[in-house]
Amino acid sequence: MTESRSMLRLSGREGTLFIGVLFAVTVLASLANLVIPEDSFLHVSTYTITLLGKYLCYALLALSVDVIWGYCGILSLGHGAFFALGGYGMGMYLMRQIGDRGVYGNPELPDFMVFLNWQELPWYWYGFDNFGFAMLMALLVPGVLAFVFGWLAFRSRVTGVYLSIMTQALTYALMLAFFRNEMGFGGNNGLTDFKDLLGFDLQADGTRVALFMATALCLGGAFLASRYIMGSRLGRVILSIRDGESRARFLGYRTELFKVWLFVYSALLAAVAGILYVPQVGIINPGEFSPLNSIEVVVWVAVGGRGTLYGAVIGALLVNYAKTRFTAILPEGWLFALGALFVYVTLLLPHGIAGWFTRRFASKSVKEAAA
Amino acid sequence: MRAILASWTLVALMCCLGSTANAESGQTAATESLLARLPSANLRETATLVGELEQSGGDRMLPLFQIMLDGRLYSRKSDDALVAVTQPPTGDWVLTDVFTGASLGTATRREVSKVRVNNRLRVQLREAIARIQLNAEDAGARLAAVDTLFGDLNDSSAALLSERRDLETDDKVKGAIEEALALYRLRSSSEPAVQVAALNVLAESLNTEVRYAVEQLAAADSAAALPVRNAARKALTRIDSNLEFYGFLEQLFFGLSLGSVLLLAAIGLAITFGVMGVINMAHGEMIMLGAYTTYVIQLLMPDHIGLSLWIAIPAAFLVSGLVGVIIERGVIRFLKGRPLETLLATFGISLILQQAVRTIFSPLNRQVASPEWMSGSLEINAALSITYNRLYILLFALLVFALLQLILKKTSLGLNVRAVSQNRDMAKAMGIRTEWVDAMTFGLGSGVAGVAGVALSQLTNVGPNLGQSYIIDSFMVVVFGGVGNLLGTLVGGFTLGVANKFLEPMTGAVLANILILVFIILFIQKRPKGLFPQKGRAAND
Repeated sequence: MTESRSMLRLSGREGTLFIGVLFAVTVLASLANLVIPEDSFLHVSTYTITLLGKYLCYALLALSVDVIWGYCGILSLGHGAFFALGGYGMGMYLMRQIGDRGVYGNPELPDFMVFLNWQELPWYWYGFDNFGFAMLMALLVPGVLAFVFGWLAFRSRVTGVYLSIMTQALTYALMLAFFRNEMGFGGNNGLTDFKDLLGFDLQADGTRVALFMATALCLGGAFLASRYIMGSRLGRVILSIRDGESRARFLGYRTELFKVWLFVYSALLAAVAGILYVPQVGIINPGEFSPLNSIEVVVWVAVGGRGTLYGAVIGALLVNYAKTRFTAILPEGWLFALGALFVYVTLLLPHGIAGWFTRRFASKSVKEAAA
Repeated sequence: MRAILASWTLVALMCCLGSTANAESGQTAATESLLARLPSANLRETATLVGELEQSGGDRMLPLFQIMLDGRLYSRKSDDALVAVTQPPTGDWVLTDVFTGASLGTATRREVSKVRVNNRLRVQLREAIARIQLNAEDAGARLAAVDTLFGDLNDSSAALLSERRDLETDDKVKGAIEEALALYRLRSSSEPAVQVAALNVLAESLNTEVRYAVEQLAAADSAAALPVRNAARKALTRIDSNLEFYGFLEQLFFGLSLGSVLLLAAIGLAITFGVMGVINMAHGEMIMLGAYTTYVIQLLMPDHIGLSLWIAIPAAFLVSGLVGVIIERGVIRFLKGRPLETLLATFGISLILQQAVRTIFSPLNRQVASPEWMSGSLEINAALSITYNRLYILLFALLVFALLQLILKKTSLGLNVRAVSQNRDMAKAMGIRTEWVDAMTFGLGSGVAGVAGVALSQLTNVGPNLGQSYIIDSFMVVVFGGVGNLLGTLVGGFTLGVANKFLEPMTGAVLANILILVFIILFIQKRPKGLFPQKGRAAND
């Protein structure tokens, strides 16, 4: 208990540092892209900006997993589902924005529906041409799914590995469903060929930078909100549930309610990450639901160090950077490296990079105090 | 000695004379003269000749008719002798004797002329062959002959069949003959009483041709008399309900077959999960390793496919079991009491194993050949046939299950395993080496997964993703059946398999899969410990 409290205090100091770095990098990178001329050494290409934006989306997703795994001990192997559902919400809006600029030039129907010989828009596509409604649905659907799933699971006290397997089955079932053409979400190919967002061309540098900044803003906001929640009395209860759920229950807390709401909060963060991810990457397909994707997120968190929030972000950035480099240089080796990372982190680095750092600094300061 | 000498003389004689004429093939003079007319006959004459040949030659004419039907009958221009021709892709044509199959050397295309066959003649030949085969020794050949004749009987072949019916001893052949005759009477007779009687026989038939004929009579616009039409309607309902019943049985079998696959995939997991509380995400890769072991052994002994399968079973057990023990000793041992971390670490191992296989064997799927006794199917009747490979795998799964039960219930290892799974601390206090039991259990569970891989290699292609596609399903089976209970795994596997196959026709394969997953998610809410929960204090942690 004392340890977790001390870690919480540490994360306060390092969290502020993290917010500062995030802010500085975002502003500098954006300026370097927009203001500094292209032939300059200091210019940051739009490709890099988009890549950074993608990483920040992953970081937000990792943060959402850290909130429930690191602080409440719920290992979700299906958070990719909420991420992808949010992404599909955004994708549907972007799809409707294409209008008659598609290959088939149908003003109402997206290309894949014309291709499937559909005559009219399915009912669940109605309203998605309205940005506000689309965003609402992109958050509501994952939120409600998380609520129903969490309510069912936590109420009947499904915990531990059982819960993990159930979340994995959830995302697996959704993947199978979205692969079906009849579902009306583009089947195998998913949604792609987006043109513009709120009237701004998605390919333009300005839009890219704006999306990147929005992602950074959301990540910062999510970080601060999560830190606030975890520092509050609510956070204390959540920590106590992680460390001894039966005891917390015997003390009179309705642990399942805390867990459900935390689960929904986490799912919403994942959905936001998905919403921001799709316009930057330009495609959303059922592959995002695959169990492997979700479990990779868990490894980002484990590498960075769970239960610290900023650790999850560091882990996501580092692992994804490594992945980008690795798949370019040695595509065969990536799965070896990822697999080895899983084993290495769980065996030898149980507190991740963040834990390793805090330990070193803590022991140093203890030594200094002793001296 | 004299006998040997005599036979040698005979062989020598045949070699000398066989090439010049058919006289020595043991044909009578009448047949011989008919055969001699064949090369120069036109199509109409050939038809008559075939009829007469059947009359005089009987079953000895079978090879001739078969060769003629295949369009391989030629006559040699030099001496007008009938020869069977095989055309190799290159070089001269190879000639053989029609009746004895003895080699007659080679010839160019110019040296022989074809005995022409048209479609009408082919029908006639097919029927002639069927008539000859009706009297064959082998019941299977007789049944095939009846099937050939089935839909298009004429007066003479009907008479032949009814003759045969009285002689026939095999029930299956007799039934087929009855049906064929009834269908013939139904079609040829115009008397309602005969037709109704025929319909009553046909009501038990499962033949599609019969169903079509009956359906036409039963149709509202059919020209048949009213009693016939009513009888036809009744027969049609009967046929349909029979078909439905056998369709149900077939679906049940498919379901049980899927269940057996699930059982094989899940049973090893049930052991490791039940005893150690450890989720082994690399379990699917143990299955994959078993399948690849089969593949490698088959590569090593390509001439003995059947034997290689028998060798593969223990080999796969050893390979996967060994890898399992290495994983347990190298990784899982250090993660005791941290199930979530174990899950992640074993997932990492599964990625490594997958990529290793991809690097060594290529990412493409590999085909594992099935031995002959595994291919083909057991035809119970016209509507129901069971493929042998699925049948054997079903039996194999049950055998593996029984063996595991025996090991767990009757051996000292099993006793230790059960003790540790019920109460680890107490077992330790009683002097059981829990570390050793853990390693052995993990080895056993992984080894069984390897054996499952051998079975699966007979059903699907072997590829790096083989394990992944089974892992979620096998988890579902274990969770559904209840942890630490092999019987639960058995019931769970078969229930899910059968449910899946019965949903499939209604919803499609993918949706059936999804519905089952959703069902299990909901089921776990109601009964978090599965169908057969472990009882006692050990279950409450």
